[in-house]
Amino acid sequence: MEEIGLIHYLSVAAALFGLGLFTVMTRKNAVGILLGVELILNAAALNFVAFEHFVAGGVSGQVFTVFIIVLAASEAAIALAIVLQVYRNHRSIMADQLTSLKN
Amino acid sequence: MPSLSALVFLGLAALTLGSAGFVAFSRNIIHSALALLGTFLGIAGLYVTLSADFLAATQVLVYVGGTLVLILFAVMLTSRIAEMKVSNPRGRPVVAFVLVTAVLLVLGRVATRTPWPAEARPAMPSTAKLGHAFLGEYLLPFELGSIVLLGAMIGAVVLARRAVRRAGEKE
Repeated sequence: MEEIGLIHYLSVAAALFGLGLFTVMTRKNAVGILLGVELILNAAALNFVAFEHFVAGGVSGQVFTVFIIVLAASEAAIALAIVLQVYRNHRSIMADQLTSLKN
Repeated sequence: MPSLSALVFLGLAALTLGSAGFVAFSRNIIHSALALLGTFLGIAGLYVTLSADFLAATQVLVYVGGTLVLILFAVMLTSRIAEMKVSNPRGRPVVAFVLVTAVLLVLGRVATRTPWPAEARPAMPSTAKLGHAFLGEYLLPFELGSIVLLGAMIGAVVLARRAVRRAGEKE
């Protein structure tokens, strides 16, 4: 078995990104879509750290990952507040039923 | 016989991707949200193998302790969980599958064809260097990040509260 290198981490991150994209595209539940977004953000963060460790050196990749975590946390808080309000007003958070702006 | 680090990596990758698959394909939104726990923990473990120890701790604290609890709250406040069939419906899996396959093909091609100047570095703790970077080179983004968090916190409170009506006030 060869040494674990950059390509292995990139493969894991790519697969994670693919699963996240699939989740975002197929879910109708707004919270489900948010779960997919979290998967995508984690895949990107993993790529940052992997490139920093194997290619760039220093800590710049980890700095970016910290900012990704910060933005993901604030995004989740805002998005879930919006989801709660939508549920209060429409009694549903299925993305395909929220069509009051259509036409 | 694979080395110990390879075994650890494979275990963590399996945990991450297995849970992510559960997130993507589970019929029950509660199961999806709980499976996200495995993904976050697996990613934290992968951070440790990449000598990003501070990030691993942050990942567990912020994602598992904060974001995941928030998501579970939202799931339980909004879903009619009893109707498990409709709690997490899916649509257009074929389109999504085609698009994901195309994206993965492009990503795989780029990742394998590019001659990355990769070199194996010894694993060593990086928290001190990270702290120096945040209080030196990245001080302004760091402070902006705290302002973003404050704004997001206030915004979430304003968005999520019910409208307060004083006595005698009209709608």
